[in-house]
Amino acid sequence: MSWLTLFSIALPYDRWKRLRSLQGAARLPSDFHLIPLQIRWIEFSAVMNQASSRFPDLSALPPVDAIGIDERVRRAQTRSLKGKVKLDALHLAVTMLDVTTLEGADTPGKVRRLCAKALHPMPGDLSIGPAAAVCVYPRLVKTAAEAVADSTVRVASVATGFPSGQTALKDRLSETRQAVRDGATEIDMVISRGLFLAGRHRAVFDEIVRTKEACGDAHIKVILETGELQTLDNVRKASEIAMAAGADFIKTSTGKVQPAATLNVTLVMLEAIRDFHERTGRMVGMKPAGGISNAKLALQYLVLVRETLGPAWLNPEWFRFGASSLTNDLLMQISKQREGRYPSIDYFSQD
Amino acid sequence: MNRISVRKTHKLYIGGDFPRSESGRTFRDGEAEHAIEASRASRKDLRNAVVAARKAQPGWAAAPPFLRSQILYRAAEMVESRAESIAASLATAPGTSEKSALAETHATADLLVHYAGWCDKYQSIFSSVNPVSGPFFNFSVPEPVGVVGLVAPAAPGLLGLATALAPALAGGNTAILLAAPGHAATALAFAEALATSDLPGGVANILTGLRDELLPHFASHMDIDSLIVHNTTRDQRVAIQTAAADSLKRLTFPEPGRDTPPPYDILNLQEIKTTWHPVAS
Repeated sequence: MSWLTLFSIALPYDRWKRLRSLQGAARLPSDFHLIPLQIRWIEFSAVMNQASSRFPDLSALPPVDAIGIDERVRRAQTRSLKGKVKLDALHLAVTMLDVTTLEGADTPGKVRRLCAKALHPMPGDLSIGPAAAVCVYPRLVKTAAEAVADSTVRVASVATGFPSGQTALKDRLSETRQAVRDGATEIDMVISRGLFLAGRHRAVFDEIVRTKEACGDAHIKVILETGELQTLDNVRKASEIAMAAGADFIKTSTGKVQPAATLNVTLVMLEAIRDFHERTGRMVGMKPAGGISNAKLALQYLVLVRETLGPAWLNPEWFRFGASSLTNDLLMQISKQREGRYPSIDYFSQD
Repeated sequence: MNRISVRKTHKLYIGGDFPRSESGRTFRDGEAEHAIEASRASRKDLRNAVVAARKAQPGWAAAPPFLRSQILYRAAEMVESRAESIAASLATAPGTSEKSALAETHATADLLVHYAGWCDKYQSIFSSVNPVSGPFFNFSVPEPVGVVGLVAPAAPGLLGLATALAPALAGGNTAILLAAPGHAATALAFAEALATSDLPGGVANILTGLRDELLPHFASHMDIDSLIVHNTTRDQRVAIQTAAADSLKRLTFPEPGRDTPPPYDILNLQEIKTTWHPVAS
């Protein structure tokens, strides 16, 4: 009798399948079948325990208090940042930018232009920037990686059938591997909202685990696409699943669905990050993306991060803005703060 | 039974909406029993108005001149149909009788009709085909400067507003108009007429507030392309010119009683674009 049949008897079939899908993540040795049965059983139990401890108990989550979230966001919006604090916050926001272009019409030329902007947001003024990363489609990763080589700017690539995530898992994984091979050091993956909304949370979890594995050393940002998750409770659940599955960052949206990032969903996700950190001691980053087009709004996000997670998260290592038009507004506000007069977009490079 | 009258909150006109000042401040405008609490526009209200005007500008400039004409005519219709209520607020200004206020309101409607007529005609007057030595077809056409700031004359209260605004709008510019002291209520009544005249939001924006507070920001704003300021002293002109130098704004300081006649006031807010088009020799 092989070990396989033995376990089939010992375990219900679905748990067995779940184990199989987790094999990679749990790092079962490739010579598993050669190990004596008794030892295998011990290892196997360890894997099962690890898997069940990693998948979050979603039923234990507190329901999200939507009205309370609203109220806290409103309070954060009334914070007034002035003078030096405002200027510092604007500078900080520039360094947190994932300068993004995700259009069908993206060309290598446009990506290089964007990289130049990320490296030197305000040409002639080295005190501003550089941005944290550039975010592009997988096909343009090589171009971007060449353009920002030898700098602190990282290359992020959306992968996994962005923006819908409705392609076969193997294609999504190979897309991810290709992007990493081409030089992406950060991968922005989308979750399968279809699976999530169908209640197949475990499958979503497994896919994230598999994608993270495909990322290798590259950071993984998990896009929840909150605009399609219907409720704040779902946002909270998806955040828990993503973090438990090993996300380095959780990200609100693709920017292709309305509503994209809002302060409310961001606060729910920040609270999930806070609780996860209290529980496990692991820090997870946050990236709101889409619809953050002006500096005032960006500062309100920073206020939320500061008040929910504390200053440890207030740096590009743990907080990012996914935006395309925010850069110029931040630069314009910095110029306003410095020179005391209202600027014109005509004096800033268009991208 | 005595009816409690509906009291009016005097607000600003920005981007097609009637918001209060973002600062929440008001100021007392007008004389004695006719004084009102008008919104006191802050520099941020000015900034918002410029953003609205900038956003509306390409669409307004690209609108067919005939459409601009129709819309200005519609504004005249609205002033005409509201003539009595506009005249009533105009009459509260010192030295204005009810009769003269109504006459001025009618003159304002007439003026709008006049500029409605200019919308599709000034281009022909100021365009030219230029003789050049070379195989080029060389021609010049006027194009709107963009976003203009207008600081209205102290008098006449209503006609002054329209005289400042109409040439800018007829020429495809969008405008931010600062009402003169004592005329906040009239400016708002005029704005209400404009708001119902199919004028796209942001094309005309009307602020009420303190001139001295707002003028430096009008002058230094990098996104205002041209500025016309009535009733200035020499010192004010120097201050405005200094603040406006960086943005290369076109500045005009009209002298009272010496208005530029149409269509030259339209030309004042135009840039002339000259095109060299190669032709076979």
